[in-house]
Amino acid sequence: MKYIDEFRDGDLARGLAEAIRRAANPARRYHFMEFCGGHTHAISRYGISDLLPANVRMIHGPGCPVCVLPIGRVDQAIRLALEQGVTLCAYGDCLRVPASNGLSLQKAKARGGDVRMVYSSMDAVALAQKHPEKQVVFFAIGFETTTPPTAVAIQQAAALGLPNFSVLCCHVLTPSAIASILESPEVRQWGTVPLDGFIGPAHVSTIIGSRPYEFFAEEYQKPVVIAGFEPLDVMQAIRMLIRQVNEGRAEVENEFTRAVDRAGNVKAQRLVAEVFELRKSFEWRGLGALPYSALRIRHDYGEYDAERRFSLAYRPVPDHKACECGAILRGVKRPRDCKLFATVCTPENPVGSCMVSSEGACAAHYTYGRHKDSQATHD
Amino acid sequence: MSESRKNYVRPLDLKEGRVDMAHGSGGRAMAQLIDEIFARHLGNDYLAQGDDGALLPAPGGGRLVLATDAHVVSPLFFPGGDIGCLAVHGTINDVAVMGARPLYLAASFILEEGFKFADLSRIVQSMAAAAKAAGVPVVTGDTKVVERGKGDGVFITTTGVGVVPPGRELSGRQARPGDAILVSGTLGDHGMAIMAERESLGFASPIVSDTAALHELVAALQDSGADLHVLRDPTRGGLATTLNEIARQSGVGMMLQEKALPVNPAVNAACEFLGLDPLYVANEGKLVAICAEKDANKLLAALRAHPLGRQAAIIGSVHDDPHHFVQMTTALGGRRIVDWLSGEQLPRIC
Repeated sequence: MKYIDEFRDGDLARGLAEAIRRAANPARRYHFMEFCGGHTHAISRYGISDLLPANVRMIHGPGCPVCVLPIGRVDQAIRLALEQGVTLCAYGDCLRVPASNGLSLQKAKARGGDVRMVYSSMDAVALAQKHPEKQVVFFAIGFETTTPPTAVAIQQAAALGLPNFSVLCCHVLTPSAIASILESPEVRQWGTVPLDGFIGPAHVSTIIGSRPYEFFAEEYQKPVVIAGFEPLDVMQAIRMLIRQVNEGRAEVENEFTRAVDRAGNVKAQRLVAEVFELRKSFEWRGLGALPYSALRIRHDYGEYDAERRFSLAYRPVPDHKACECGAILRGVKRPRDCKLFATVCTPENPVGSCMVSSEGACAAHYTYGRHKDSQATHD
Repeated sequence: MSESRKNYVRPLDLKEGRVDMAHGSGGRAMAQLIDEIFARHLGNDYLAQGDDGALLPAPGGGRLVLATDAHVVSPLFFPGGDIGCLAVHGTINDVAVMGARPLYLAASFILEEGFKFADLSRIVQSMAAAAKAAGVPVVTGDTKVVERGKGDGVFITTTGVGVVPPGRELSGRQARPGDAILVSGTLGDHGMAIMAERESLGFASPIVSDTAALHELVAALQDSGADLHVLRDPTRGGLATTLNEIARQSGVGMMLQEKALPVNPAVNAACEFLGLDPLYVANEGKLVAICAEKDANKLLAALRAHPLGRQAAIIGSVHDDPHHFVQMTTALGGRRIVDWLSGEQLPRIC
């Protein structure tokens, strides 16, 4: 594939690995968090950790859209499908997120709920047009990348005057999650989670630009390198982070210049601002309730807000007691530190959300990397 | 870490649990369903073979293979084929990969009220053409009709019977450390042809299903003189799932070379676009062949000499591994697991 294979070239990767090895100071350790699930996936799928020297460790961050979705929100979607008889449209990854009572959207479907997987928010609008007799609800999740398409769907529904379309809005904001990690006592106060820098989001940054990260670099003195999702992007970003650390710099650098600039996609930002406003507080799985960390639908578009239309109350539900997703999402623990990992919690029967999407830290480790655990026990 | 982590599977919830789509995707969920419900109650020595068909002693001497396959594809007509020829090819292949020469087919039809005669006729003509081309006739059948809304147009189940020539021994249990792993051609063509055709995707693609009867290719491989241990057609769940099944059956591990995997560029692009992995996408006209290492090149030559094996490749090797992991050296030079398909293959969001 043109313009993709170039970023997966094995020879270039070996060259970069060598450059990283030369740049890394053997006298110290480097801990970098890749915020995005897309980076986690690339690191696991291409075996990038194997190419890094032993003193460079990647910590998987919370930027996996389904991983941070709390049980209470999935419960709302399931209630809509099973109790209100709506046609519930969701992105593929959402279908398996574990919710209360051993249910997930996929299992709700097996119990008779009309749950559809869609590739785009506009598929849900089209479904509402085609079935005027049904209430169609789009379960809108994700970070800034998936928010503009939801805004478009709502505006489109408004333009068409669709009375049977609404959105259960669970869109969240990347900078809030980064701030939550940097403010956590493990990082800021106790320093038990060593964090030397971040690989900044790829797709999210095409929308919000590189500017929002400048605060983190300056206030917390953590270097940020925005990187694309291809394996060579990730390796180049690691090399740039090592250089910053070695030189004592904490700046925002952009590896992904082919898609990201400082301002981002201003048109998309304007669109989002027209349709959405900040929520005062939103519960994240693993991170708890974070202030001003998510979006809700503005009053002007209130009739397309499923929470209002169906008078949905939000009931927070605690995670399984032994589930370490929260600590894993904050980088405090690794998947294999969790008692449930690969025992009762597997991709077939996920207990925590990190085991659901291949972008989640646990599923990525289970699917691509658990051979390393058995080697570790044998060594 | 305790050893119990290795292959732990939480049992099915027989009281409250229900079948969901993941149980039909060919991956680990389906393997569990088969183990805990079907094999548990129906279990016998033949079922325990765990292959795509059963190898049976024929009364009066010799060995038979019996295989059956239900076909529920949507859309019914797709680039490169339709449910009719697919139902013929699928069962012929299941018989053939057991080392048997397919002789006869039976076909059962479940028709939905309101299904057009024109479509049914087209499907049956396609079956007839496929059966004739393969030289394996449909010799008996059954027809049922269900009410509108209780079927998806037409479901077809075919059953095939074949005979195994003396001295042939093929099974998923025979992969040995050191063996070479080959595939007969590009991966994922059938699955992507189906997915690209589904209306909601709305992109045009040149991808054509690879549906084909493989028994002649199998015969050519057996005649090549190579020391063949395992043959399997990697259908649902793709190559990754098939290799994991074989690794489990044979009690071995495997190491693949990502660079060696043949994938049609259009399939690769479509998978990239949808966030899917061609290793998990279905094939309907491909073989996985595992043979003694010394015969790998001989087998490769035999594959490539046949029209259905032109793009064959040696993709990896079999190893000792108590965990039965299928692993892969990535194009970048790292290593990772190639796991069973878990659940359905669902597109990623980001």
